[in-house]
Amino acid sequence: TVEPLEYYRRFLKENCRPDGRELGEFRTTTVNIGSISTADGSALVKLGNTTVICGVKAEFATPPTDAPDKGYIVPNVDLPPLCSSRFRAGPPGEEAQVTSQFIADVIENSQVIQKEDLCISPGKLAWVLYCDLICLDYDGNILDACTFALLAALKDVQLPEVTINEETALAEVNLKKKSYLNIGTHPVATSFAVFDDTLLLVDPTAEEEHLATGTLTVVMDEKGRLCCLHKPGGSGLNGAKLQDCMSRAVTRHKEVKKLMEEVIKSMKPK
Amino acid sequence: MEVDEPSSRPPGCSLRHFACEQNLLSRPDGSSSFLQGDTSVLAGVYGPAEVKVSKEIFNKATLEVILRPKTGLPGVPEKSRERLIRSTCEAVVLGALHPRTSITVVLQVVSDAGSLLACCLNAACMALVDAGVPMRALFCGVTCALDSDGTLVLDPTTKQEKEARAVLTFALDSVEQKLLMSTTKGLYSDAELQQCLAAAQAAAQHVFRFFRESLQRRYSKS
Repeated sequence: TVEPLEYYRRFLKENCRPDGRELGEFRTTTVNIGSISTADGSALVKLGNTTVICGVKAEFATPPTDAPDKGYIVPNVDLPPLCSSRFRAGPPGEEAQVTSQFIADVIENSQVIQKEDLCISPGKLAWVLYCDLICLDYDGNILDACTFALLAALKDVQLPEVTINEETALAEVNLKKKSYLNIGTHPVATSFAVFDDTLLLVDPTAEEEHLATGTLTVVMDEKGRLCCLHKPGGSGLNGAKLQDCMSRAVTRHKEVKKLMEEVIKSMKPK
Repeated sequence: MEVDEPSSRPPGCSLRHFACEQNLLSRPDGSSSFLQGDTSVLAGVYGPAEVKVSKEIFNKATLEVILRPKTGLPGVPEKSRERLIRSTCEAVVLGALHPRTSITVVLQVVSDAGSLLACCLNAACMALVDAGVPMRALFCGVTCALDSDGTLVLDPTTKQEKEARAVLTFALDSVEQKLLMSTTKGLYSDAELQQCLAAAQAAAQHVFRFFRESLQRRYSKS
């Protein structure tokens, strides 16, 4: 397109977008749980073309000295050159670091897992969950896809029972007895792109993100509480527009929760 | 040129004591030091200047923000804050007047006693004004903390931030107090968000008044 912005404006005047979606419509979301057998928990999420896969591995570690009854959750988002031509090989770029920090904040704020649940023996042994999120295809709205993939993968994680042998003081892992994690809340992210300072588009594609004058991401849990309101600059918004975003985030949360419950139910008889 | 804000505050707006000093560094095109209570940030702006061909944008200026913490090497949280400050500046700076140039904002944390991101935003704004970078509005940072029973505290100290249930930082513009940037920590409800936003908009009026007075005093003397 020679004039991408004008092209988009013509569609927005009719209240729709070039790919046929309404302004408040999400792309087709698909989720595949438990596909990686070598990981303790995994999930693959596709939001239209954006594909993110999350793998969770659990390892042992000594708890931190200032919190001896807590374990660790370490998220890492990788945006490899595979997913988009804008990323180069080498150390993580700014986008990957910002997304990693965002996921770490969501985990911390929403209390999706109580770190105390990850402790095996206070002061001596605790679980550390390494959550690796890799983007396979970058077509915008990476934050929503990563949050959903992380949540789905955490729901799939099964940790074996660990007992500390009194005599040898070694940990004994019972691989036959596994239990799921205790997921406290279900944070779901909804992203918006601001166009021309006035219009709000839900679930922007990469092209829409590039043309947008600002972005906004709302992370909500099932009780309607906000874990994160991430608006990195861009055009100004007033209170009324924020309200519209909140109501859209509430509906999105219901959609995502329903989808995840369906997938987990279809997987149960393993 | 140092300007102090009077320590008596109108009730209901409990911002800490502000102070701002401009043009204190000789090498950057613009510099400022912003103090909020005991939190202090030093900002320097270079620009519009040469930009690397790989980073140049054909129709506007390339903005870069570097945030250096008080101790240690900059890590992932600093990168995240740099992105927030950069996007806020990009929304107000008239980059189209200086295409294919770079405007670099360097922030150094001198002391951190709570509300650090808001102080960084204020320092960056004052430094951009001191450098003469054309902007369509000023912006300011305001932090609110919500504690467990829902009371709002503006401009919290480190202790208040730690004990709070949620800490919300907003960047507001000077024209209509619209929300430019927001980043939050902790859990809160939608109604509490609107309440914090309203309180932040009221506090922003005071901050902008302080900006205006300090600039008026500086330019009236020369």
